[in-house]
Amino acid sequence: MPFDPELAEMRFGAGLSPAIAPPAGVPAMLERLSGPDDIAARFPIEDFTAFLVRMEANRTARRARGKSKDDPAAAARHLKEQRLVKRDARIAQGQWLGMQVQRRVHTADGLRERLVAFWADHFTAQGKAGVMQRAASPYVETTIRPHVTGRFADLVVAATTAPLMLHYLDQEAASGPNSVAAQALLAEGRVKRTGLNENLARELLELHTLGVTGGYAQDDVRELAELLTGLTYQAQVGFKFQHKMAEPGAETVLGLSYGGGPGNAQLSDIVAALDALATHPDTGRHIARKLAVHFVTDDPDPALVDHLAATFAATRGDLMAVYAALLDHPAAWDPVLHNVKPPFDFLASAWRALALPTDAFLTMDEPGIQRNLRAPLARMGQPWERPVGPDGWPEDDAAWINPLGLSARMDWAMNGPGDLGVPLPDPRDFVRAALGSRALPEVIFAASAAENRREGVGLVLVSPAFQRR
Amino acid sequence: MTQSIPSPADRRATLTRRAFLIRSGLLGCSAAASPLLTPITFAATPGDNRLVVIILRGAMDGLDVVQPYGDPALAGLRRSLRSGPDAGAHDLDGFYALHPGLVALLPLWQAGELAFGHAVSTPYRDKRSHFDGQDLLEAGTSDLAPASARDGWLNRLLQQQGITGAETAYAIGRDALPVLAGRAPVANWAPDAGLLISPQARRLAEAVMHDDPLFRMALSEALQLSRMDVPALTDDDADTDSVAAMAPARSMGQPQAGGTVAGHVAIADFAAERLRGAARIAAFSLSGWDTHMAQAAVLPRVVSQLAETVLALRDGLGPVWGQTAVLAVTEFGRTARENGTAGTDHGTGGAMMMAGGAVRGGRVVADWPGLGADALYDGRDLRPTRDVRDVVAWAMRGLFGLDRAVLETAVFPGLDMGADPQIIL
Repeated sequence: MPFDPELAEMRFGAGLSPAIAPPAGVPAMLERLSGPDDIAARFPIEDFTAFLVRMEANRTARRARGKSKDDPAAAARHLKEQRLVKRDARIAQGQWLGMQVQRRVHTADGLRERLVAFWADHFTAQGKAGVMQRAASPYVETTIRPHVTGRFADLVVAATTAPLMLHYLDQEAASGPNSVAAQALLAEGRVKRTGLNENLARELLELHTLGVTGGYAQDDVRELAELLTGLTYQAQVGFKFQHKMAEPGAETVLGLSYGGGPGNAQLSDIVAALDALATHPDTGRHIARKLAVHFVTDDPDPALVDHLAATFAATRGDLMAVYAALLDHPAAWDPVLHNVKPPFDFLASAWRALALPTDAFLTMDEPGIQRNLRAPLARMGQPWERPVGPDGWPEDDAAWINPLGLSARMDWAMNGPGDLGVPLPDPRDFVRAALGSRALPEVIFAASAAENRREGVGLVLVSPAFQRR
Repeated sequence: MTQSIPSPADRRATLTRRAFLIRSGLLGCSAAASPLLTPITFAATPGDNRLVVIILRGAMDGLDVVQPYGDPALAGLRRSLRSGPDAGAHDLDGFYALHPGLVALLPLWQAGELAFGHAVSTPYRDKRSHFDGQDLLEAGTSDLAPASARDGWLNRLLQQQGITGAETAYAIGRDALPVLAGRAPVANWAPDAGLLISPQARRLAEAVMHDDPLFRMALSEALQLSRMDVPALTDDDADTDSVAAMAPARSMGQPQAGGTVAGHVAIADFAAERLRGAARIAAFSLSGWDTHMAQAAVLPRVVSQLAETVLALRDGLGPVWGQTAVLAVTEFGRTARENGTAGTDHGTGGAMMMAGGAVRGGRVVADWPGLGADALYDGRDLRPTRDVRDVVAWAMRGLFGLDRAVLETAVFPGLDMGADPQIIL
């Protein structure tokens, strides 16, 4: 089958652009992916080291406020400081959303953006209160993005030791029942906050590595929860392994024993367990299926899944090899468009087809970001950086294309681009720019028969050929 | 399996009965005194009763929401999570106490319009995954069929009723609701939705989507629902700095003077509005129950949302509240023991809530297994003694008059409903 550049850009990239040519072939796609991450430098998003400064500022103000109980004026001043830190982070979160749209619009390496989104979703983490609620983009920038072309095990270790993940899945405060820290608290009679929390251990097995059909049991969850004690973070330094919180002795996960050597518990024992989980054959099958579902169709060809799983197993999770296997397989190039774009991808690919100017959103105020990006995404069913649970956003097409979701997409398609004040193209030209050879006669007709440009452009965007990939 | 119904006071039973008669408009009629006025007789007009199903996503801690403080083992299992009237909970019957955050529902309990099931669960065991647990809860089967072959028990109820109108059942909000998925038509809508589109654009959109069934059907339904007088929103509310903001429906509030209607209340209002009209069944989600950490700080917020939801339904339903049952169910319970971070981890047995004027309330339906070390399931969880589907099935029988055989084969295939807990008046 000859290589279809348009399909490559739609299915594995950011969608067609009137300004940027689609990739010339699979080798070119992989070569760009292996090369420098140009678009991230061009549209920068704060990394987690910088975000820690916000966390620390929030902590400092909160502490100062706590110490100012007898001084109402000082307490009020510190409260205001805390609110400013939170407000600034909230505004920054909106700007990072604008940056992410811009990356999709202007990249020639769309596969990288798609992979970052895929892995960010696989390792979903979000803040539960205060300034941490704004930490998801910096987390992705530091923890996910640099590792999407490496080994899967590197991603697992990075995500499992990321402060945001430790916060989201409640690992930060968990301690081994027999740890030094727990014993000291018990000696003081402070028993309430000592002991395990299974949340991260369970999701690590169920979502991040083996998958829910994988061969693990409650005992593995429990033992892994013991092994993970000590993983924590501090606002000043970020991730920190606190061996005093770690459960002493060995833990057995999937029949393999970790730790239990002389001296303090070691981070290296946890890393060894994560490596074993990340390279486990069940993990390979889980990841293979997720990739095939995400990039090709909700019901992928078993031969494709087998091919990816075999590559994962043979390379112990070398992700570039797995991506190459995906792009080499004929089932990945089924010319029929299947998957519905999730709302962010729909919106960003629409802006790409509309050749959004490079400065759009970058200096927009908060109400503008709310109106033009956050509100439409929420109405389409994808409130930004707030999936309901650690399993991330749904893949099922029907989860997005129901009366509610489709209404929101239509409303945005007909009105959103015009509201931004960007000059709209002639719909008769736009239908070709957005859909290429997949512009069906009824869409070409609709684009020409619409009453105005807004609706003409909107009808192209709501066509199934644009909403699927 | 035995049925323990903690001694409802006679006085309350009398009041409940009278309330029922008033609601039914039968007071003074000779039939009112007839012993034939059984739940089945009542269900002889299946067209008038209403069923609301709330899926509590994240695994509600039944032991904290309906606290079995009379069980001597409870206190020893929980260090920071204190239970019972001494800890501010509201005594229900001398054995169970209601979480303080549900205080607003006490009048319903006293009026016999609120009941709970306890030590209930789906057949899901041991792996304790939220996602599989919710899928099984909503599929209503013993095992999880492949996603493509799956439908939900509320949809199968509609199929049995021969429902053909799309406005009989509503899936409300932007969360997927597999419990209503299936062959029978269901409306999927939200309080802030509305599709304003010119007639020409509408015709062209229909043409553009015509050959793609997923899009064609969604559009057709959206246009139909939009024709109804649905209050539309222009912008979503700004984000708020709170844990509650993580609720999926948080952006659905309708702006009002002096603030906004919270998402869950807007959804309940919308459900009530539809149920006052042609709708008979509504389902929606309430998330935020996954309390692994600092449960004493996190849970009050979400139980309050549940209380506000139920009260909004009652107020919104007005005269038809008397013909309504609200069932709130969750994927599984949480560990009997508190964990190391003042929360609870994924467990097995849990609690469910039943509210409404059609409910025989003022009681906790449970075959209590005890919380002693030997009684716990897997040494860690409340042992389930009743399938949550039994209670739901009996409620459906009471409300809609379905044959037991139909419920046990078509709606909940393979279920043995067991003894009748007489959920519905």
